[in-house]
Amino acid sequence: MLLGILITALYLLCILLAPLTGSAEAAGNAVMEGAQAAIPFVLSIAGGICLWSGVLELLERCGASAALAGRLQPLLRRLYPRSAREEEILSALTENLSANLLGLGNAATPAGIRAAKGMAALGEPARDELCTLVVLNTASLQLLPAMIASIRAAAGAASAFDILPAVWLSSAVSVSCGLLAAALFRRLWR
Amino acid sequence: MKSLGALTAPLLICSAMLAAALRGVDVYDALLTGARRGMKTAVEILPALLVLYPLIYLLRASGLLELLGQCLSPLLQALGVPEETAPLMLLRPISGSGALSVASDIISRAGPDSLAGRTAAVMLGSSETTFYVAAVYLSAAGVKNSRWAIPAALCADLACFLSSAWVCRLLWG
Repeated sequence: MLLGILITALYLLCILLAPLTGSAEAAGNAVMEGAQAAIPFVLSIAGGICLWSGVLELLERCGASAALAGRLQPLLRRLYPRSAREEEILSALTENLSANLLGLGNAATPAGIRAAKGMAALGEPARDELCTLVVLNTASLQLLPAMIASIRAAAGAASAFDILPAVWLSSAVSVSCGLLAAALFRRLWR
Repeated sequence: MKSLGALTAPLLICSAMLAAALRGVDVYDALLTGARRGMKTAVEILPALLVLYPLIYLLRASGLLELLGQCLSPLLQALGVPEETAPLMLLRPISGSGALSVASDIISRAGPDSLAGRTAAVMLGSSETTFYVAAVYLSAAGVKNSRWAIPAALCADLACFLSSAWVCRLLWG
């Protein structure tokens, strides 16, 4: 709904602006060009997405999620001291985090929602932890950004994966700042 | 070391295959299943891109993107962020497909190995669609008052954008 209003407003703005910048003709052709360009773009990254989905499937089948889970639980107990006491919430949190790390969005969301529902049911004591869960899920924890690598490869990058260290570092900074902000706001919020 | 970096993709794939084979997983079947899921993903993102690509092209052709860049460039320059990434930073928390469209546009125009192209890729890869994700979680849990969740999440996004720009400048600037 909100997105629809935003799109409409941006179209209007462009139509009003184009004659002023002397680019009415270019703007007139742009929409058709854009629609046409969307198809080859998706085709150009589809191959990469398929290949890396296969690698993720391999990791899933050899139990990478379970192996990660064991290592993640001590961390989760510290992050969510109240909720982690409930066995069901802890397992949902673990599934959510390991799926996020592996980049399995389709598995991360249902598990995260289960954890969020469990926390909401705990009421007052867990409401800060529920906010933390939201903050962690709105930051990216993905270790292998396959979609971005596919886009770079399709655009002719010399080495599609050479941005990996930068992505990891930036994700780490983002998550740390999110948790820091969470720790700060939790104390200030009334 | 350099050739090892160049071989990142086949090395990653091969280690996953090896790990799976050692655990008795049918490697070929797993890759096929993954490829099928990948096709589904590609088909699922297509409609949104078909709606948003014309808009991105229109934004660029009408001069609005340039205007936005010019307005924000003093601030972005002071922060050391490439001004081409301005629309990406504005759109990223709101729309995942919109961010994907804008980022791919920046990457193909500025070049995947240019500073702006790399910064856009790192920004896209180290952030999430904040408002969308928060809405999904909060509404599923029936939470009406999200308190400090959104402000804290936006702090994380801001940190992500700045650190993406700085790390890229450090490594490839």
